[in-house]
Amino acid sequence: MQESWLLFKRNLADFWKTFRHNRMGLMGAFLVLTAILLAIFAPLVTTTSPNEIIRDANGRGLTFAPPFVHGPLGTDDAGHDVWAQLAFGARISLTVGFLAGFIAMFVGSLLGILAGYFGGWLDNLIMRITDVLLVIPDLPLMLVLVAAIRQLNLQISPLTVLILVIGLLYWTSTARLVRSQVLTIKERQFVARARAIGAGHIHIIRNHILPQIMPLIVANTVLILSTAILIESGLAFLGLGDPTQPSWGTMLNFAFDRNAISNNAWWFYLPPGLAIVWVSLGCVLLGNVLEEMLNPRLTGHHLEGEARVVKITGEEAAHAQHLG
Amino acid sequence: MHNTSVKSPLLRVRHLSTEFVMPVDQRVARALEDVSFDVYPGQTIGLVGESGCGKTTTLMSVMRLLPANARLSGQVFFKDTDLLTLNEKSMRSYRWKELAIVFQGAMNALNPVMRVGEQIREAITLHKLMDREQAETRVGELLEMVGIPKERGAQYPFQYSGGMRQRAMIAMALACSPSLLFADEPTTALDVMVQAQVLELLKKIQQDFGLAIVIVTHDLGVVAELCDTVVVMYGGKVAEYGPVDMIYNAPQHPYTQRLLESFPDLARSDPSEALASIPGTPPRLTELPPGCRFEPRCYVRLEKCKFEAPPLLEVNDNHFAACHLCKGAEARF
Amino acid sequence: MSRRDLLIRKLLLSLVTMFVVVAINFVLFRILPGDPVRAVIGRNVKISAEVQQSLREQFGLDKPVFPDQFFSTLGQWARGNLGVSWSLRKPVAEILVAKLWNTLLLIGLGQILSIFLGVVLGLFAGWKRKTALDVGALTFSLIAWATPTFWLGIILLAAGSSWLGLPTRGIVSPENVGKPLYTVIPDLMAHLFLPTLTLSILYLGEYMLIMRSSILEVLSEDYILTAKAKGMSHWQVLWKHALKNAMLPIVTIVALNLGFTVSGAIYIETVFSYDGLGKLFQTALTKQDYPLLQGAFLLLAVSVILANMLADILYTYLDPRVKAS
Repeated sequence: MQESWLLFKRNLADFWKTFRHNRMGLMGAFLVLTAILLAIFAPLVTTTSPNEIIRDANGRGLTFAPPFVHGPLGTDDAGHDVWAQLAFGARISLTVGFLAGFIAMFVGSLLGILAGYFGGWLDNLIMRITDVLLVIPDLPLMLVLVAAIRQLNLQISPLTVLILVIGLLYWTSTARLVRSQVLTIKERQFVARARAIGAGHIHIIRNHILPQIMPLIVANTVLILSTAILIESGLAFLGLGDPTQPSWGTMLNFAFDRNAISNNAWWFYLPPGLAIVWVSLGCVLLGNVLEEMLNPRLTGHHLEGEARVVKITGEEAAHAQHLG
Repeated sequence: MHNTSVKSPLLRVRHLSTEFVMPVDQRVARALEDVSFDVYPGQTIGLVGESGCGKTTTLMSVMRLLPANARLSGQVFFKDTDLLTLNEKSMRSYRWKELAIVFQGAMNALNPVMRVGEQIREAITLHKLMDREQAETRVGELLEMVGIPKERGAQYPFQYSGGMRQRAMIAMALACSPSLLFADEPTTALDVMVQAQVLELLKKIQQDFGLAIVIVTHDLGVVAELCDTVVVMYGGKVAEYGPVDMIYNAPQHPYTQRLLESFPDLARSDPSEALASIPGTPPRLTELPPGCRFEPRCYVRLEKCKFEAPPLLEVNDNHFAACHLCKGAEARF
Repeated sequence: MSRRDLLIRKLLLSLVTMFVVVAINFVLFRILPGDPVRAVIGRNVKISAEVQQSLREQFGLDKPVFPDQFFSTLGQWARGNLGVSWSLRKPVAEILVAKLWNTLLLIGLGQILSIFLGVVLGLFAGWKRKTALDVGALTFSLIAWATPTFWLGIILLAAGSSWLGLPTRGIVSPENVGKPLYTVIPDLMAHLFLPTLTLSILYLGEYMLIMRSSILEVLSEDYILTAKAKGMSHWQVLWKHALKNAMLPIVTIVALNLGFTVSGAIYIETVFSYDGLGKLFQTALTKQDYPLLQGAFLLLAVSVILANMLADILYTYLDPRVKAS
């Protein structure tokens, strides 16, 4: 066991050597990290709480105040500080997105490993479920599900409902990817050898298969995270978020419903959207780069320009020959 | 070499060198260096060597089909035209009309969503050799000639067996009656019975049309059966070059000797296995040894082989070898 | 696999998917509050207890939930009887049919535009790999992918209404309803412009990426080299050999993407108050009009499943490898 995990660690070091020269990847990492830092240090970078109503000299709520009349991003329709909402909203958006993404990753990897490793009817069943889920339009399904779950009055917070619904519907692509990878690894010699000496299934999966597919799962998870964050923002925009704990999507829902557009309050509807693009773009860049590094695509194709003909004079040729 | 005195060569390859600039680290792989040989009309010449020795690159360089990261130098005279001086547009008029090629493993060399007959006809009408109707008749004839019923021209490649695809590819290569045919590993990936059929077909074509054929192969049996001249390549250079009986009976280069030893009776058992029996591996094209390229694997190497690349010497009439142990005048190409 | 087997397989899968959708809908129908009788006759219609009881029997609600009720509900749905909307007090099916065309118009326009542009741009981006065009196309696709549909809609709405004076709500201005076509059509186009633009921008990026990777794969195949060796120019190779091979997977992907397109329509119709199925869906959700919600979900899901099935059938005709076997 130790050996394969050690190998994994060494690969990690090699990986960093290549990664730090990749501008797209670094950019993605930067976008994601800054958003995480904003969420963690939200209380430190804001001066007011997101629920506090800012008042003018006469004690009236300062509504739709533009940036720098109040704070860096002004106030919303109720006089809340937009920057504070944005910073604290990062906590909600990222928590829901990340937890949902991790659930999707976990379910997808588990089912993918089961399908790929054991094959047979189990594989067939799991793959048919992914086929079915792939065709059902996802947003309507989620909206209906969330509405139904809420009606059950299970005393689950709306955010938990969102996390579960997103996490339990977006595992199909991971499952397919992991399955195909497990299928190829299963055929390799070291697995056959481990089997021959009577290693158990759990042992083989944990010590031989998991270390091999781990990098792929990580890359895929980063991509899933961006999907989860986008979906969360969409559901929240349609009013399925938690109004008491507004995420970026909920902020946009408020902005849209409360006439930020007709009031030209761009500071209310631009920043939350930009924040969503910021994080999901970061995840996509990072995920694509990771995938590309694991699985370098073809280097060229047949219609990619022509070979150059260089004229080497007789002397140069002779010279080259001597050196050669 | 037969007929050399009467005819002038169809193709004269002179000091052909090809380099590839690696996309990742910009290192230069020297795939071919100073390759020279002649192809006369009606001749069948074999390019042999291990994989990666530059056989296929030679064909691709001559047809100018290499990707943009390749750099070519030298001269390639087809009749009297140096193909390397042509622009892409003029080069296109030589492709297929004068020089046609049968690719390795016809599996993917045919467009999967286009009827086979259509793919052959396209070659004819592209070069405006006939009108469409005549071309279609010609496609039928070509298919019949390689033993495929002409009705099957309306089928798609996946409906063909591996051997049929290879024969269709040969029919396609003959579509414009080229004077020179390149065949890149024409029998690889086919089973033994089918290999024999394809070789028979190539022989028949050669006899019926008198066109020159250059066969790239690592199978010495194929060479013995079809070729009159052999070019043995190693690490991107010509190691030995000469008439087939000279090469087989009196090989001069240690590499050729080893290659032949690994084929005791020339029975085509498993060529890749036989070749692997020479200890060591071919050099990496990005890290070529400074002297003779075969030196690290050579069993008769001299001290100077390490530092000095041997020139191609004419050891006998029209028989050349690049080895410090050989004696002869330096070849003048 | 022969073509017949493939078709049967796809058909079975569609049927199973359809069954799953129906089952989900049925189960949710049971979870969501309200007497199913009410869902059929409307929430606020006053009826006596006896009538209600006789209706219960008539609808078979006194029978076990499974299989009796399940199959009778299924039969109702199959006949187009989707109940009565609580908020609009009209049969759900009637409302849905009225909105369906508006949504089809929006999705259709957006898809045609984005598929056409996406295929063309993706083709060039892949062919001219690593040039400015390719890098630009890739960057655009990534940003489009990372942008929430509804937010792009909001921005275009704000920009389009204040700078271009474009209408922000609905399909036709109220004062133009019932006017002759030459007044209605320009008005309709002004209304459609922003929603279509939003939808096209978002899906353009996706189709471009798909086409790019498809053409890249095709262009590194051996038969492209054969075509080049024949003496064809790059354009001829692209047109005669690469295009068809690269386009084939697009057919399936466009159909699979319809699910996402439906999601896009829900967001965009909400933002632009566009009177289609998506807006209806969102309204049903906020007004807790469950029969309407169920009906809309059923219609959207079944349409997407059918479209996928059609695409699969179409594919078997387009790809000779399937067609001839």
